[in-house]
Formats: sequence, structure tokens, C-alpha cells
Amino acid sequence: MLSIDIRRKLFPDRGGRAHLALSGLRLGAQKGEFVCVVGPSGCGKSTLLNLVGGLDHEVEGAVSFAGARADDIGFMFQEPRLMPWLSVLDNVLLVAPDGAAARPRAIELLRAMDLGEVLNAHPGRLSGGMQRRVALARAFVNEPALLLMDEPFVSLDAPTATRLRERLVALWQRCRSTVLFVTHDLREALFLADRVCFLSPAPGRVVLDLPVILPRPRDPLDPGLATLQADLMIRHPDLLAGLANGIVDGREEGGDG
Amino acid sequence: MKRAACGSGEALDLGLVGRGGAKVKRDRIVSEEAWLRLTSLLAFVALWQGLSWWLQSAVLPSPATVLARIAIEMSDLVLPYHLGITLSRVAVSFLLAMAIGVAIGIAMGRWRRVDLFLDGWLVLGLNIPALVTIILCYVWFGLTDVAAVVAVAINKIPTVVVTVREGARAIDRRLMQVAQAYRLGRWRTFTRVYLPQLVPYLMAAARSGLSLIWKIVLVVELLGRSNGIGFQLNVFFQFFDIAGILAYTLVFATIVLLIEALLMRPLERRLSGWRQV
Repeated sequence: MLSIDIRRKLFPDRGGRAHLALSGLRLGAQKGEFVCVVGPSGCGKSTLLNLVGGLDHEVEGAVSFAGARADDIGFMFQEPRLMPWLSVLDNVLLVAPDGAAARPRAIELLRAMDLGEVLNAHPGRLSGGMQRRVALARAFVNEPALLLMDEPFVSLDAPTATRLRERLVALWQRCRSTVLFVTHDLREALFLADRVCFLSPAPGRVVLDLPVILPRPRDPLDPGLATLQADLMIRHPDLLAGLANGIVDGREEGGDG
Repeated sequence: MKRAACGSGEALDLGLVGRGGAKVKRDRIVSEEAWLRLTSLLAFVALWQGLSWWLQSAVLPSPATVLARIAIEMSDLVLPYHLGITLSRVAVSFLLAMAIGVAIGIAMGRWRRVDLFLDGWLVLGLNIPALVTIILCYVWFGLTDVAAVVAVAINKIPTVVVTVREGARAIDRRLMQVAQAYRLGRWRTFTRVYLPQLVPYLMAAARSGLSLIWKIVLVVELLGRSNGIGFQLNVFFQFFDIAGILAYTLVFATIVLLIEALLMRPLERRLSGWRQV
């Protein structure tokens, strides 16, 4: 359904020297597939999402969506990026098409996220975890064919991030969106994905395409996950050397070029 | 998941309690402020009264004389007539200046080329004395209401542009990306994502605009119109009628203060209510 073929993505650097962010990156996703893109900081993961999401058009290459409209996209950023002047409900309705159908759907979605009490509150009054839940509801309110996620659970404490991941999987299983999820956290990727694509350091390209064959629902504490992770570390040590979170789980720092 | 819900609920309740306490405190501060303002007003009137007693001169009539004059001018409808005309000129030139100034300000904040091209004009516009634009407008467009309103608007537009440009430069690109990623239409992006970020700057431009415009409107009326508060003040000046001048000034200033207190401030509170966390 989604096929990405980026020959070259250049950024004009401040010194006048161009920075090659992505080169020869090919990546595809089946309809309804959950694909995680893992790579070290600065390898161009966010750049990739911006290109797919249409936030950046200056690229040699092509992104195509077979059987879906290019505007049928949900996007979740590193920060919640809610409009502080809109209520929680209006933030979700902002991205929904006009019409009577959107409102009950948004309310139902927010209630399912345990946000029923704060529908009319402004985001500034919510905790970081609650703001992410609003952003998650916003991403799903149109039941998009393609969902792009740019390290959406970074800089949250571990239990909150775990619960948000579980919510994400539940929503995805209901909507069957194709998900492209960028992260530098290997364990997160293994927990979420049907397939994990590893990017090289800049200029980024896919160096390993790994199907994750674990039954769902998955348990974040499943020893199978840890085994898979340890196994990967042994087989591809060079590949995973740049990852911020190779072995130990915990809080990660945000920031990615 | 249950635990998450509980935790966030608690956090929220605490927030509400905190805000409730703050509200009581704010109310107390407000009433104290109101008293101070009232005392200051009374002190002003007392000072005026004292001075007029001491001088015993037609140059400074007492507050009572001025109030009686206001009553007379009100009852024969002369003051309301001129006041209405002046206020409508203020309204028209205010709206004109805001509309044009906001459009130019957004364009200059948004596109660097427009900014570079118009920057020189802007500096010129900011520094031309109001009197010059007024005289030139009357010479070029004749002694008409159009010329009067245009002259006032031209005086005001540059300051609106400067303020709004500042706001347009401070637009959060990350929020604009949200609008772009979700393919929001132009109108929705403008009204729901872009404009709310400009509101503080628009309010600042509007408030300073009102106070500047009503001063310039009087000069414009004095120089080239045969009605309005400015024209009346000129007549009183010819006859050395200080009570008349003070009566008109007092009424007009009161009206402007009321517009500020009953229109601008509530509007600002409504539009920026979300800031009060």
C-alpha cells in the first residue's frame, strides 16, 4: 500500500555545504501493517516521516500510496502539539471533517482514552501523559489509512509510555491503519511492530528488514522480547551500536535530526 | 490502565482546588484595586475643585460648572450630535486602519521579500507627523469625510503593521506543521491555528490604536470639518469658552474609557481565557 523510494534527500547546511540526510532509502508497507523504523539519532528518521507526511517536498524520489488518498493521514509528533486555545474535544475535532458524525465519534474516542472528564478543558491544564492521549485520539479520529508517528512516546516515564503503547496497539487493531512508527528504542519497536526496519547512520537507508513474529497481544515483560533483542545484539552488533537504548530499558532523551 | 485514570484524575482535582483558591485571592486583589482607582478619581476631582476655588477665574471653571454645562449641552442634543459624528469617524478609521494594517503586517511577517520591500515605507510612515498627512489628505481629497478618515487611518496603519508583524514572526511553525500534516483547509488553518496565535498582538494593536485614533480625529475635525467634537472645541477656543471645552473633553474621554473597559478588556479576557492555567 505504501511504497517509499528516496534516492537522495539533501539539506542545505548553514555553512553552504549540503548535508545528505537520506540516500537510497527504499521501504514499503502492506495495508494494515505496523512498521517500525529504528535508527540512531540524526540518521534522518524524522526527515523520512516529514517526506511521507507531505511536510517536506524537496526530495529526489517518490512516495506513493496505492489504494489510499494521500490526504488520509494521521500524524503524531514527538511533542503533543495541541492547540492551547482549543479545548480537548475541539483539538480532536479540528482535524475531523465538518459534519455531525465527527462529534460523537471524537467524544467516544476520548472517553475510551479516559479523557471523558476533561473534554472541555484546555490542554495546558493536562499532564504530559494526558496530552499524548489527546494527540493519539486526534491521530485516530479520522481512522486514517496511514498513520505516521515520530517518536511519540519519548520523554515520558516508562509506565506511562508502556500504557500508551498498549492503547496505540488496541486502536490500531480496531482501525487497521498502516502505521509507520519511528523510534530509536529497540525494545519499543519489537513490542509494537509487525516488521522493524533498521536505518544506517546518516545518510540513512534501510540496512536490515526484520519481521517480528510474536503473537499478539504482547506483554512488554515477555521474556520472548528480551530474547529477541539479545539475539539481535549478538547477530548485528555493528548495526545497533548507535542506538540510544540497546540493552537497558528506561527513560530516553528526545531529539533527533 | 485503571491506575492511569485514577492518577490523572487526582492531578486534575488538585489543579481545580488550586485555581479555586487563586480565584478568591484574585477577587480580593480586584476589590482592593477598585478602591484605589476610586480614591484616585476622587482625589483628582478634589484637586480640581480646590484649584478653581483658589484661582477664582474663568480659566478654570469648577467641576460643578462643567457638569451643569454638560447637562445643558446634552439636553439640547448638541453634544450628542457632535459626539455621534466623531465616534463614527473613530469607528470607521479604526476598522480601516486595523484591516489594512493587519493584512500588511501578516504579509511582512510571513514573506521576507515583502518585509524588505515595505520596510522603508514603514519607517517613513511611522515618522511622518500626523499634521502633515492630515494637511496633504485635505489638499488632495478635498475637505471631506473621506479625506478625514483616510488621514486618520494612514496615521495609525504603520503602528498596527509593526505590532502585527512581530506576531506573524512569532508564529509557532510546529503548530502550522500539524495543520499541514492533517491537510486542514486554508480557512480552517487561518482561523483555528494561525489567527489565535496573533490574538495578543491584535489586542495590543487595537488598544493602542483606539487611544491614538481618537486624539488624531479631533485634530482632523479641527482642521477641516464643520462638525464633530474637534470642530466644537475650535469654536469654544475662539470664544474662550473653557467650560465648554472641558465639558466636551470630559464626556468624550468617559466614552473612550467605557469602550476600553466594557468592550476591549472583556474581549481580551474572552479570547485569552485559555492562558489562565
